[in-house]
Amino acid sequence: MSKLKPVLSANWNDADSFTLEGYRRNGGYKASKIALDMDPDAVIQLVKDSGLRGRGGAGFPTGMKWGFIPQNDGKDHYLVVNADESEPGTCKDMPLLMANPHSLIEGIIIGSYAIRANYAFIYLRGEVVHVFRRVQQAIEDAYAAGLLGKNINGKGFDLELVLHAGAGAYICGEETALLDSLEGFRGQPRLRPPFPAIAGLYARPTVVNNVESIASVPAIIGNGVEWFQSMGTEKSKGFTLYSLSGHVKNPGQFEAPLGITLREILKMAGGMREGHTLKFWTPGGSSTPMFTQEHLDVPLDYEGVGAAGSMLGTKALQIFDETTCVVRAVLRWTEFYKHESCGKCTPCREGTWWLVQALKELEAGRGTSADLDKLLDIVDNIAGRSFCALADGAASPIVSSMKYFREEYQRHLDLGSCPFDPIASTLFSGTRA
Amino acid sequence: MTYSNENIATMNSIVARYPRKRSAIMPLLHFVQAIEGYVTSQGIEVIAKMLELETAEVTAVSTFYTQYKSEPVGEFHVGVCINTLCAVMGGDEIYKSVSEHLGIENDEVTKDGKVSLERIECNAACDFAPVVMVNWEFFDNQTPQSAKDLVDDIRSGNPPAPTRGPKTLRTWKQNSAVLAGISDGLAGEGVSAGEPSKLGLKLSKEGK
Repeated sequence: MSKLKPVLSANWNDADSFTLEGYRRNGGYKASKIALDMDPDAVIQLVKDSGLRGRGGAGFPTGMKWGFIPQNDGKDHYLVVNADESEPGTCKDMPLLMANPHSLIEGIIIGSYAIRANYAFIYLRGEVVHVFRRVQQAIEDAYAAGLLGKNINGKGFDLELVLHAGAGAYICGEETALLDSLEGFRGQPRLRPPFPAIAGLYARPTVVNNVESIASVPAIIGNGVEWFQSMGTEKSKGFTLYSLSGHVKNPGQFEAPLGITLREILKMAGGMREGHTLKFWTPGGSSTPMFTQEHLDVPLDYEGVGAAGSMLGTKALQIFDETTCVVRAVLRWTEFYKHESCGKCTPCREGTWWLVQALKELEAGRGTSADLDKLLDIVDNIAGRSFCALADGAASPIVSSMKYFREEYQRHLDLGSCPFDPIASTLFSGTRA
Repeated sequence: MTYSNENIATMNSIVARYPRKRSAIMPLLHFVQAIEGYVTSQGIEVIAKMLELETAEVTAVSTFYTQYKSEPVGEFHVGVCINTLCAVMGGDEIYKSVSEHLGIENDEVTKDGKVSLERIECNAACDFAPVVMVNWEFFDNQTPQSAKDLVDDIRSGNPPAPTRGPKTLRTWKQNSAVLAGISDGLAGEGVSAGEPSKLGLKLSKEGK
C-alpha cells in the first residue's frame, strides 16, 4: 500500500481540476451542503474533534482557533485566508490554488458559517498572476452557482468573498501584519494581545487560517472525523502536503499522512541527484532549524520534528548536497530576512543588518573564530525580542548551522576564502543538466 | 487626462468590494500600475482623493511593498530568484548571465524599454528551481542559456508562453490589471499542475 495519501492533490492530473465542473465531478461542494445543515457550533466541534492543526507553520489547532471567536457579540466576524506563501522553500499552497481553488472556497464557506462570518478574504501574494486568475475565476463561478453570495443553498446564510493581491512583502504572511495590510496600511505586525480572535480585521473578531488548513476542512466534513484520525500520528492527525526541492532526482509535492520520514519520501523520489550525498535540509522552510543526515528518520509531524530540535513549519523539505557551502546558504537566507524585516522593531531591523555584515565577512574567509561567537551573540540579542517571529526565523539557520557545521565556518577562516565551487552545486554542472 | 471616466468607474468598483474603503488601496495601486506602468504622483493623488486620505498616507503604503514601482519598468519585467535554493541550483549564474547579456543591473531597464531585471526572493515554486518570473508568470527550470534565450525572444517581439500560465505572455500593465482584480478571462488556459506538482499523485497510483 502506498505511503502517500493524495486528498487535496487527488484531482491534479485532471485537465479541468481547477474548474467548478472538475471539482464537482470528484464530489466537490457536497461537504459544504452537509455543513450548512449542521449547527455552526457542531461544525466547530467536528473540526476540533478531528485534530486538524494549522498547516501554515505554527500547528495551532484549527477548531480551537474557530472556537475563540466570541458568539452573539453583535459584531461582524471575518475569516481571512493567508495565501501569502513566501517562506523560502515553501511551495504547496500555490500549486494547490492553481490546480484546486474550489477546495479552498468550499472550506471558506464552511469556516465562515461556523464562526458566523459573512465576509471572507483571501490574501494572495501578488507575484503569482496565474494563481490569481484561477482563484478569481473560481470565486466568480461559485457566485454564479449560488455557492457564494446571498442565501447560500437556500439556507439563509450570506457570504461575500474577496480576493486581495499582496504586493511583495514576506512579512504579510505574519497574521497581524497581513491584517494591517488588508486594512490598507503598511504591513507591520501588531503587538498582541489583543489577538485577532478578539480584535482582528477592523478590530473585529477574526480567524486567520492558512490555505491548506481551510482547504482540508471539506474532506474532513465529507469523510468524517474517524477517517481523518485514521491518518497521521497521536497528536498530528491527518494528511498534509510535503514539498521536496533541491538536489534530489525528482522534486515535487507529496501528500501523505503526517509522520512520514524524509528517508521514505526521498526513496520514493528516487533519492539524491546521481553521485551526491545529503548534507543538510530544512524540515519546514528557512525559518526552521536545519537538519542533517542524522535526521532522515525523524517522523515529520509536529512533535517529532520539535523533539529533534526544529519545527515542522510549512513542510518545505529543501535538500542540499555536499557541494553546497552552508555559510553561503545561511548568508543568502539572512539577506532575505534583512530585506524583509519591516523595520518596526529595532532588534530585527538593525540586527538582521549586522548579521548580514558578519556573515559576508565569514563567507569571504575574513575574521577570527571570535567572530563566530559574535555572530551567535547578535542572534541572542534579536531572537525573541520583537513583535513577531521574523527575527526568530532569521536566527534559526544561523544557530543550527553553527551547531552542525561550525568546523566549516572555521575552514573559511583558516583558508581565507570559501572552499566551495558554486558551479558544482548548480543543476547544469553536468549531472542533471 | 490619464484617468478616464471609465478608469475612475473601475476604481470605484474596486473600492466597493470592501467593507471599509481604505482596504482598496492595494488593488488601486495595482490598477495605477496597469494604467501608467508604475506608481506615479498623479496615481497617488487619484487614490488619495478617492479614499479621502493624504497623498503621504498613500505614498507610505506604496513604498512599503516591492511590487509597486516608483519608476517605469520594462514591458516585460524579468525576476530571477536568488533566494538560497534557486541561487545554489543556478539562480546566481542565471542572474549574472542575463544581467551581462542585457547590460543592465538589478532594477534597471533596457534602453528599448522592453525588459527590466530584478533579483527576486522565493516565489513558491522551489520544486521547479531555478525559477525565473516574467511579469509574475512562471518560467520553470531555467538555465543561463534558456534565460538568455527568453529575454532575446521577448526583445525580438516573440515572447514565449509561461511554463504554467496563459498561452501568451501578457505585458506588465496587463498583468497589473489582473492583480487589481480586473479579469482577463485567461484562467482556463495552461496546465492544471506542473509535472513535479503531480509526482506524489503519480507515485501513489503506482502503489509507492
